[in-house]
Formats: sequence, C-alpha cells, structure tokens
Amino acid sequence: MGNATTPAASRTTIPIQPVGGGKSSAFEYLTTKKDELIGWARKFSIFPYPFVTACCAMEFMAVSSTPYDTDRFGAALPRFSPRQADLLMVVGTVTHKQAPILKTVYDQMCEPKWVMAFGVCATSGGFYQNYAAVAGIDRIIPVDIYVPGCPPRPEMVIDAIMMLQDRIANDKHPILPSEQPPPVRS
Amino acid sequence: MQYRPPVSSPLQHTAHPDHVVVNIGPSHPATHGTIQIVAEIDGETVVHADVHCGYLHRGFEKEAEHHTYHNIIPYTDRLNYCSAMNNNFAYAEAVEKALGIELTPRCIWLRTLLAEYNRIADHCTCIAASVMEMGGMTAFLYLMTVRDYIFEHMNHLSGARLTYSYVRIGGLARDLPDGWLVRLEEILTFTEGYLERIHGMLDRNRIFIGRTRDVAAMTPEHALNWGYTGPILRSTGLAMDLRKDNPYLAYPELDFEVPVGIKGDNYDRYYVRMREIDESIAMVRQCIERLPGGPINVDDPRVVLPEKELVYNQIESLIHHFKLVMDGVQVPAGEVYTAHEAPNGELGFYLVSDGSGRPYKLHVRAPSFVHMGGMHTLLEGHQVSDIVPTFGSMNMVGGECDR
Amino acid sequence: MSTFYESITGGLQGLYERAWESHGMLVLDLLPANLTTVVARLKDDYGCALFLDVTAIDYPERKPRFEVVYHFLCPAQMQRIRLKLGVEEHAAELPTLTGSYGAARYMEREVHDMYGIRFTGNADLRPILLYEGFEGHPLRKDYAMEHEQPIVPYRK
Repeated sequence: MGNATTPAASRTTIPIQPVGGGKSSAFEYLTTKKDELIGWARKFSIFPYPFVTACCAMEFMAVSSTPYDTDRFGAALPRFSPRQADLLMVVGTVTHKQAPILKTVYDQMCEPKWVMAFGVCATSGGFYQNYAAVAGIDRIIPVDIYVPGCPPRPEMVIDAIMMLQDRIANDKHPILPSEQPPPVRS
Repeated sequence: MQYRPPVSSPLQHTAHPDHVVVNIGPSHPATHGTIQIVAEIDGETVVHADVHCGYLHRGFEKEAEHHTYHNIIPYTDRLNYCSAMNNNFAYAEAVEKALGIELTPRCIWLRTLLAEYNRIADHCTCIAASVMEMGGMTAFLYLMTVRDYIFEHMNHLSGARLTYSYVRIGGLARDLPDGWLVRLEEILTFTEGYLERIHGMLDRNRIFIGRTRDVAAMTPEHALNWGYTGPILRSTGLAMDLRKDNPYLAYPELDFEVPVGIKGDNYDRYYVRMREIDESIAMVRQCIERLPGGPINVDDPRVVLPEKELVYNQIESLIHHFKLVMDGVQVPAGEVYTAHEAPNGELGFYLVSDGSGRPYKLHVRAPSFVHMGGMHTLLEGHQVSDIVPTFGSMNMVGGECDR
Repeated sequence: MSTFYESITGGLQGLYERAWESHGMLVLDLLPANLTTVVARLKDDYGCALFLDVTAIDYPERKPRFEVVYHFLCPAQMQRIRLKLGVEEHAAELPTLTGSYGAARYMEREVHDMYGIRFTGNADLRPILLYEGFEGHPLRKDYAMEHEQPIVPYRK
C-alpha cells in the first residue's frame, strides 16, 4: 500500500483485533485443536451420495472399485439417503428436468455438506449447451469442488477427494454457540 | 422449494383404497441414474407401473443439426456410453452409406474387432450392475476389474478410457499401436478366467435362481409387439441377430453362434449375455488372426484429411484441410437408415442430408428407449423386489434412452 | 427390387402415392388417410412384426411442413420398410399405431414432444423427454437451440 520510499514514521499501523471477542489464548488453542480433531474425523469418513445420471457413472464405478479404490480415503460407502450423506457427488449431466430433483436432494442433506461437480457436464454443461441441459450445477446449488473431464480419469477424482479432505481438515467446525457459525450458503 | 414432479403420472390417485403409490425416483442407485418408476402396489405386488424416462435428454438430435459430421462423433460416443465404439461405427456407416464409400479391409476387420471388444465391456457392465443391485458385490468387483483393464487398453489405443471418438468418416482415427494385440490376448485370457468364477458363483446359485427364474418372462410375440431386440429378444427363444441376418462389416466371414434363451425371464437374459461374451471373445480372436494389413482410411479426398506434411507445405492441401474441417464432409442430399447390432439391440441411425456439411436431421433409433416403452408389462404382476433385477436385466443406458 | 418388395408394391397398389428404393430399403409415400390400412396390411399379410421407429422431419418452407417417417422390420425376410407421410402444420394429426404395436406408445410421445404432431387415439401424450411446462417443440427448425426454460430458478 505504501510506497517503498515512504519514511517509516508516516506509515500507519493497523492494530490487530483479537478474534472471538477477546477470549483467552487457551480457549483459542482448545478450539483450534477441537477443529483439527473434528476435521480429521470428518475428512476420513465421507459418505458420498452419488447423484448419478450419465456416462461419468462408469468412471464413478471404476473409481470405487479396484485399482483406484476410494475406500482408502474413507469415502467409499455410498449412502443413498440424503439424510445420511455428507458429500453430494453430482455425476453426469443434469438436465432441466432433473434439476428439481437435484435441488430437493441437496436441500434434504444436513449440514455439514459438500458438493462435488463430477465431470465437465456438471461443472459447466460440457458440450451440451442447449435447451435441455443445465450449464453447470452451480447455477442451482453451491459447489465446493469441480472435477473437469469427460469423463474424468479416476486419478483426478481421487485428487479432488484429497483436495476436499484438505479443505475439510482446515475448515472451522463450530460446536459451541459462542463460536462463529460457518458462512451460510443459499 | 416445493417439489413438483416434472411429468404427472396417472397413478397419483389410486382408485383402490388399499393400494399405495410408490415412487422409485430418478435419483436411485438401481435405476441406472435416470428412470423414474411410479408403481401402484398392493402389499408387495405391483399392480400398475408407470415408467418415466427423459431425465437425461441432452438434445442429441438438435446438436447434430448444428454440427458437422465429424463434430457429431463425440456426441454419438455418449449415447450408449458403455460401448461407445458400437455407436461410433453405426453412425459412421450411415454417413459412409450416404456418401457411397467402401471401407478398406483393415478398417472393416478392425471395426469388427473393436465392436466385439466393446460388446464384452458392455455386457460385463450390465451383469456387474444387475448382480450388485441384487446384493452380489463380488461379481461387481470382478467384472469391474476386467472392465478396467479393457478401459486402460482402449486408452492406449484411442486416448480415452470411456468415450473414445475413435471413428472417422471413411476410416479410423489412427492405426493400432505396437504391442496392442499382445495385450489384447492377455486381457481375453484374463476375462475368461474371471467369467469362469462368475459362472461358478451365479449359475447354480439358489438365491440367484430364486430371484431371477420365472421373473418377468416374455414370449417372442410379446417381445416383438413391444419392440424388443437384441439379447432380450434372443432370450425369449427367437434367434434374431443383425450380425447373422443383415450382416455388416466383417461378420459374414466370422464363425459364431447366436445364443438364445428359453423363457425370456431375467435368468435367461443374464445367461444369454454371458454366452454372448464367450462368443465375442471367440470373434475377437478370429479377428486378431485374420486382421489384414494395409491402410486404415479410405483414399477418398471428400472425407479424409490430407497428410500433415502436405498440409504444412502445400497450399492445396491446406485449403482442402480447411474446407473439410470448417465446412464438414459434404454428403449428397438423400436419406439413409443403417442399423447395427449394438449390445442392447438394434441401434439405428436415420440420416437426412441436404447436401451440406451438416445433417438436416439425424435420428437415433435407440434400443433402450424402446425397451422402456414395454417395461411396465414386465413389472406388473410381480413383486416390488423384482423391479430392480428386471430393470437391471434390461440394460437401460440413460444416454441412449433419452439421447 | 427384391421379390419381397415387389410383392408389397403389387399387393398394396392404390394405397400409396409413390414407391422407390433407397439404399436397399423400400420406401412408400402415403397419404395420412391410408396409414392405418397400410400398416394393418403390412403386419397381417407381409409379416412386418417389428415396429422400429417413428420420427418426423421439419421442412419449414415446404407444404406440408412435416414429413413423418415410419420404419418397420419384417423378421421373416429381415427386410425393412419405410413409410413417409406429409403432415400439415395447422392440422398436425395422425392416427395412432398403438393398437397394432405396443412399441408405438413411447415413440409417438417423443414425436409429439419434439415436433408437436398429435396422434389421435394415443391416450397418453404426456411429455416424455421434456417436462410439463416446457413451451414449444425443440426439434422444429424455428426453435433456437440455446433457448432454455429452467424449472429451478438460478442462483445469484
């Protein structure tokens, strides 16, 4: 912001505000450790809801079985009820006819939930830019991680799961009412 | 958001007070993604069933009218994505017939080999998915292993695991790489070993027989009335196979049998597909032995791109390349219908051309779509728990059903 | 022309306008009034037991605007037949074939969805590939490909 040639005395210093309304550093240490613990537990026990529609389903089946196993990452057991799942994997093209179903399933999932747009049709519509297909599911629901590819190689999906796991590990997981709630997503 | 179903069903109100309407919705693990079955059930028996498709309608025909003939090839891949090469070849044959092109011998044999190879992959997927939906995870994992080897092998050939876009009008994209045929033989041996295990697990398995024998049985007349072709028609006892009856590519010179079933029930459909995999493996071996040498692409300047060195050095080749890519292959005006024996049945392409580089109309006669039309007759009268095995044995592929 | 095709063109004399062969397949040009008769004769007398396909082609600058195309297969001879009918835009109606072939149900629904051609007698003409609330018929040439009609409102 300041010029390199400005003398030090005229640079303004911005005081650092303590977060959490001035709680003690021991509290901060405990909540950070708690976040790390819950993040570690959540990232290794992802229950995907494979919202399967099209060709990417073949790659989803391949990534769940040998030799690209998602079970190594704890993300193997699919839960076919949205109430029991936390990762919504939208696999394949979502058409306008299918869109209300996707929105309903997403709304039925409980927090914390993440969404993976698997394949380029879910990311941006792919090469189906026409009257029938939704040009990317982020027009309907918020997406956390996009996996391009038509269909993506299983290694790309595993890379995406690992990136998502890093994000979950570093995320805040509030349990006490005094903690900051996570940002609300519409 | 209040949910309203996209298409109303006449079963929303049942006349009988004891019947319940169950929605086996479009997002379901066993409906292969995109079919909604609204079933009116009385206890456990399905009284009426209403099958809704169209949740994966991606506008293939409309896209085809706006793209050149080569640009449509990736769209055809995604029709029956389990066996993409079969769709590619059927589409290419429609265009080649309209142009009046004869393929080179090597191209014909290679297309036959790849079509049968993809048939193996498709039947493996169908059996794996339907058995998994009945609870047999082992068969699923075995067949997924086989299929993964096939995918990696096809990746070596065409650059993609699933949606190859390998065909070109008048030939193929490129020739076989070195060592491909050796690896093919290894995969076939491996597949046979795994198929023996599947046979051992399922053929005389009391639970499997109990779930699939005499369930959703069909007579040949019923099957023809409702438009069934392919393994489903053959499982009823009628030996109708386009590879024998209307042979195309190199099928007249191959020695193979057409397996037929007895009763047309789920067990017969499973067994016909298993036998078809055996026949396809034998056919692939015959193709490997008899594969001739020679060029892959036909020597016709209307369709084939010129060599790259010529394109970079000669102005005529550059212009030729430019016109072929930008305007597309100029197909003379007319119409043609070609049908191939896809793993699901008769896959037909109806092409209407107006003389330009884009089709005026391209219609796909998709076997899965027609099969869904008659499926409610197979579900009615059976149990709710029979819906999933019956549906699995139909091998409905969403991309083909809804196009 | 093969003997089977010749027997058909001879036996159905007067019911079709023109007959020709296209890439090895017999094509008959019909008037809509003769459709049911011809299909019944093909099924009963000539054994065309498999109804393959019905689709339509849109020629906006021509009268009649739509050309509805039927394909049949006769399993005994493994020969195919194509029927073509011209359908006007303002009276886009044809009799249904669901009485003879169960397979016609879904395919006629698709043609109705995509082109707007009604099939009288088919009680079930709900949208099959599209959804209720979709206005227009996408495969007509005057429908823009990118014209989307979303059901779920877009975010942001």
